[in-house]
Amino acid sequence: MRSTSDRFPENAARALGDPTLRAALSRLQQDTRVGRPAILDRLPEFNAIRDAASDIRTHGLDHLDVHLEIFERNVQENGGHVHWCRTGDDACAAIHEICRARGAKLIVKGKSMVSEEIALNDYLLAQDLEVVETDLGEYILQLRGETPSHVVMPAIHLTQDGVSQTFRDHHDDLDAGRDLDEARNLTDEARDKLRGKFLAADIGITGANFLVAETGTAVIVTNEGNGDLTQTLPPVHIVLASIEKIIPTITDALSLIRVLARSATGQEITCYTTFATGPRRDGDLDGPEEFHVVLLDNGRADLLGGEFRDILRCIRCGACQSVCPVYGAIGGHAYGWVYGGPIGAVLTPAFIGLEGARDLPEASSLCGACADVCPVKIPIPDLLRRWRRRSHGQKLSPPRARWGLALWAWFASRPELYRPAARIAMAILHWAGGRQGRLHRLPFARGWTVSRDFPAPEGGTFMDQWRAK
Amino acid sequence: MTTARDDILNRIRRANGGIDRKNAPTSHPVPARALGDHAVLVGRFIDMAREAAAGISRVNHRSDIPMAISAFLAAENLAGEIRISPDPRLETLPWESAPDLSVSAGRARADDPVSVTPAFAGIAETGTLMVHSGPDTPNTLHFLPETHIALLSTEAIVGGYEDAWARLRARFERLPRSVTLITGPSRSSDIERKVQIGVHGPRRLHIVLIDGEEI
Ligand code: SF4
Repeated sequence: MRSTSDRFPENAARALGDPTLRAALSRLQQDTRVGRPAILDRLPEFNAIRDAASDIRTHGLDHLDVHLEIFERNVQENGGHVHWCRTGDDACAAIHEICRARGAKLIVKGKSMVSEEIALNDYLLAQDLEVVETDLGEYILQLRGETPSHVVMPAIHLTQDGVSQTFRDHHDDLDAGRDLDEARNLTDEARDKLRGKFLAADIGITGANFLVAETGTAVIVTNEGNGDLTQTLPPVHIVLASIEKIIPTITDALSLIRVLARSATGQEITCYTTFATGPRRDGDLDGPEEFHVVLLDNGRADLLGGEFRDILRCIRCGACQSVCPVYGAIGGHAYGWVYGGPIGAVLTPAFIGLEGARDLPEASSLCGACADVCPVKIPIPDLLRRWRRRSHGQKLSPPRARWGLALWAWFASRPELYRPAARIAMAILHWAGGRQGRLHRLPFARGWTVSRDFPAPEGGTFMDQWRAK
Repeated sequence: MTTARDDILNRIRRANGGIDRKNAPTSHPVPARALGDHAVLVGRFIDMAREAAAGISRVNHRSDIPMAISAFLAAENLAGEIRISPDPRLETLPWESAPDLSVSAGRARADDPVSVTPAFAGIAETGTLMVHSGPDTPNTLHFLPETHIALLSTEAIVGGYEDAWARLRARFERLPRSVTLITGPSRSSDIERKVQIGVHGPRRLHIVLIDGEEI
């Protein structure tokens, strides 16, 4: 995916000026299911399990080479194939080759952030393959030509009205007068549209939440059932996963499952947790004939050797995004690459280079909410500080941007101050981003100064107006 | 030329070379709610499964299963067309006792509205079913039909996830190709965080619990 992380201040300002985005993000903030108090209330042992989860991940990474080899052997013994890929391009090519060998035309996909990271859909579409996202949120985004803005709630930046409009625009074979005012109708329409795709697909691609070394198993954790249809119906199942997803044992997976859904969505466990081990067996009436695991490095082996090693423990639960006040103010897209929020502020400089992402580690008040909630105890604020040190050492960030973003994040993290002082905060962001001199030329700037969104002299800030509505 | 595999493994070995490698964790804590005597676990399983929006009927004998299914389908206004797992335990149930059911066995086909499958275990901790693939238990039956009816003996109810896996290990020499923990019917909150039950997987999950007898 191409990055716009180098334009963070402009992205953030544009996000703040987008009333639909604010309305959509408010759903997340009002969701009392997510967050630590809700979890602890139901599972008093959560903290002990979280300690174990963190240790499991650390142990897995400390012996990653050994576990990868065991995993590979077990996949092969079960009749599956493992494809080792250094880069995203290598992984795209490996997947294309599997499709080509089968003469495949239609691919259905379960949700996979790694596939976003390597822009797999663009690659496959360019090879004249039809690729269909089947997770409801991802399907909506695919129709809209957008990327996910949260690792487990990909369409959290959209309102229901936006989704209705998207379905009207794209499902133009259906009655234009149909009722799309309820989420139920939208869900049913997506189900109907995708049923035939599942049944006709030549290839199913899923990600993996974990790869279990001792059994050669790919684990996926889902709610909608699309992941299971994707890996059960088509004749070929391809698992696309990055190397750090390896954990040693099934028992380890069970501990991690106890913290994953609780952290991600506040559910005790997701509807489906599936352990897939190899292709269809003798006597089986269904299941894929081929089972492939595409193992992607894409810089992770190098991360392992450096000061950002801890980030590889991440199980992509999205909790750090859901609780982050800065993320809550601007959403995931403003961060400019695949992963938004705290996890993105750590990962993006590692993946695309600090040069193009230097603002992300600055735009944090280091309030620590992310580290508090992280189920594998990643010290995110420490890692952000490390990026800052590097960036300051290399004189990448002018002090004005540095202080400006930190000050803005401080404001953004304090809703009680942010609303009354939104104009000051906006001015700070404006000032911080001023080095590129682009802020003035953006259409949003007109929106904020001229339109109702930011009617400077007469009406107060957008938030004031919005609350008054 | 080194292969991608060797290159990746070598770089990992180099990265891990200088560090003090941590040992495997000594404990995997299990929540208190996964513990208790069997009657307590059965009660907890029922409560948790209902909370996850699964329905439950209880019967005393396996011979009562067809009537329980028939009653459930009638109550839901669903036709009595069911696709069952080609499992001898299911095929030998007294289906003739529920004449409104039309029964066929095999993998799920695109238009099968209702599946009936055995569940390998019930997990009290979260009201979760464990199912697995195999010649007698095709996996499509768990995911494709709109309504999934699972048959579970109270004998197969255990406390925690680990207990269900221990049962699976004791039963099978080789790990089944696919094992799924199912908790309630499929759902999504992708649109404005509103929970919609029934997305791509089943809209209804109904559990017929057989008291004290095997399926
Ligand atoms: S960093 Fe922690 S909280 Fe954030 S996504 Fe990863 S595991 Fe979840």
